[in-house]
Amino acid sequence: MELNPTRPGDSGPALIEVRGLRTTLGGKSIFDGLELDVPRGRITAIMGPSGTGKTTLLRHFTGQLMPDAGSVRVDGHEVPRLSRAQLFRLRERIGYLFQNSALLTDFDVFENVAFPLRQHLRLPEQVLRNIVLTKLQAVGLRGAATLMPDELSGGMARRVALARAIVRDPDLIIYDEPFVGLDPIALNQVLKLIRTLNDTLGVTSIVVAHEFSAVARIADLVHLIAAGQVVASGAPDELAQGRSPWTRQFFGGEADGPVPFQYPARDYALDLGFPAGAA
Amino acid sequence: MSGRAQKGSALLDALAQVGACALFLLQLLRAVPASLRHFRETVRQVWFVGAMSLVIIMTCGLFVGMVLGLQLYYVLSIFGGTAALGSVVSLSLYRELGPVVTALLFAGRAGTSVTAEIGLMRATDQLSAMEMMAVDPLAYVAAPRFLAGIVAMPLLACVFNALGIFGAHLVGVTWLGLDNGTFWSNMTSSVDVWKDVVNGVWKSVAFGAVVSLIAVFQGYTTPPTSEGVAYATTRTVVFSSIVVLALDFVMTAFLM
Repeated sequence: MELNPTRPGDSGPALIEVRGLRTTLGGKSIFDGLELDVPRGRITAIMGPSGTGKTTLLRHFTGQLMPDAGSVRVDGHEVPRLSRAQLFRLRERIGYLFQNSALLTDFDVFENVAFPLRQHLRLPEQVLRNIVLTKLQAVGLRGAATLMPDELSGGMARRVALARAIVRDPDLIIYDEPFVGLDPIALNQVLKLIRTLNDTLGVTSIVVAHEFSAVARIADLVHLIAAGQVVASGAPDELAQGRSPWTRQFFGGEADGPVPFQYPARDYALDLGFPAGAA
Repeated sequence: MSGRAQKGSALLDALAQVGACALFLLQLLRAVPASLRHFRETVRQVWFVGAMSLVIIMTCGLFVGMVLGLQLYYVLSIFGGTAALGSVVSLSLYRELGPVVTALLFAGRAGTSVTAEIGLMRATDQLSAMEMMAVDPLAYVAAPRFLAGIVAMPLLACVFNALGIFGAHLVGVTWLGLDNGTFWSNMTSSVDVWKDVVNGVWKSVAFGAVVSLIAVFQGYTTPPTSEGVAYATTRTVVFSSIVVLALDFVMTAFLM
């Protein structure tokens, strides 16, 4: 299964279309009729307060999690209806950067990046080596090729995972929190890399992140998710100047607003042993 | 919840576990052909669960054989039948003690490490990462470890038997003075290759499959927490031990 190739700058029909998505996890409603499009060949950022289901949404895109109701279409394929074999063929064209890097701890950095190539392609060793070293060079870790995952810092592990996500030149790359733990130099290089992949190869990118300043430098479109819905969409500068309570609170970092800072709980005073409303 | 309801709930949970394990076995068997593509991984696992278990198997085999030699020599000497020491020791080892004790040791040494390894892979999203790279973790992770257990267990049981017989010989012949020729000739005349040795091998193959299945299943389905992995490794040893002993009785009844 191939994702239809895109030319740089080609927007075309949306690569991912989500309609009426409903998901409940552990009795808690995560999505309540969520609707969202990810345009082809663009960098789309998905932002929102912690615990709103951003990673869960990514798992719906890749078929790791099935929705209770609604439609998730990736390049025209209804993901929840795909067989396991069809899903695997779709995933071969998707690069996925996990929130916690998820490097294979038995393998060194080189073999981690080489893993998808060894599993799916029969490449001559020299060709494989050159591809892996090229990707490691792109994330600044060619010199760390022989290190084991437990010898890497969090930021380095993230960059290795990024190299692994792009090693097969996928058509869609999903980055779950790609900027966590990166120093300013690495952050700058990773931002450039994401933008370059998009500009030169027409890759569609989805970035889940909390760092709006970083997202604003590369994203073409931002979806703000809260309360199980997309509450705002638009270019980063449009959203930053948005007047809705959602965008004002989220991008202004205010504690008061439609998104409660406190996780739902009973009265604070009661928890401290005082009469209700005393605290 | 009343005591009776709690017992009923626990029983239903146990039955659900058995059912889930049976379904997992079907998925695992379906993944076996694909796992042959990862033959090197299977060989690596045979080394890991087999060769790495050799020290404990050899040590325990030696001491079990020595204890058997000592105890049986004492009992047989009461009836003036010490000449049968070789026969009794070898039959005990080939038919029962070899496969059973090796399986129990295998569950403790290799089964727990397989469960912990897969459980930690689950907890650190490594299995999910494989799925996202379109690599089936059942074929790449679970099936090679399952097959490795089936291959390694009979070999380990043979080593256990050999060291057990050596231990009994050491005690009976070298220390207690039993005639060397009597020890070996009585053994060779009373042990039947098909009825005793091969049946023991079948048992160890079955035990290897059961222990590996339980270890892989527990690791694969463990909650992704440190506590979950700890409970899963404990369950591997407990369930494996119970199932091995129960299966031993069933197989003995059918193979006699």
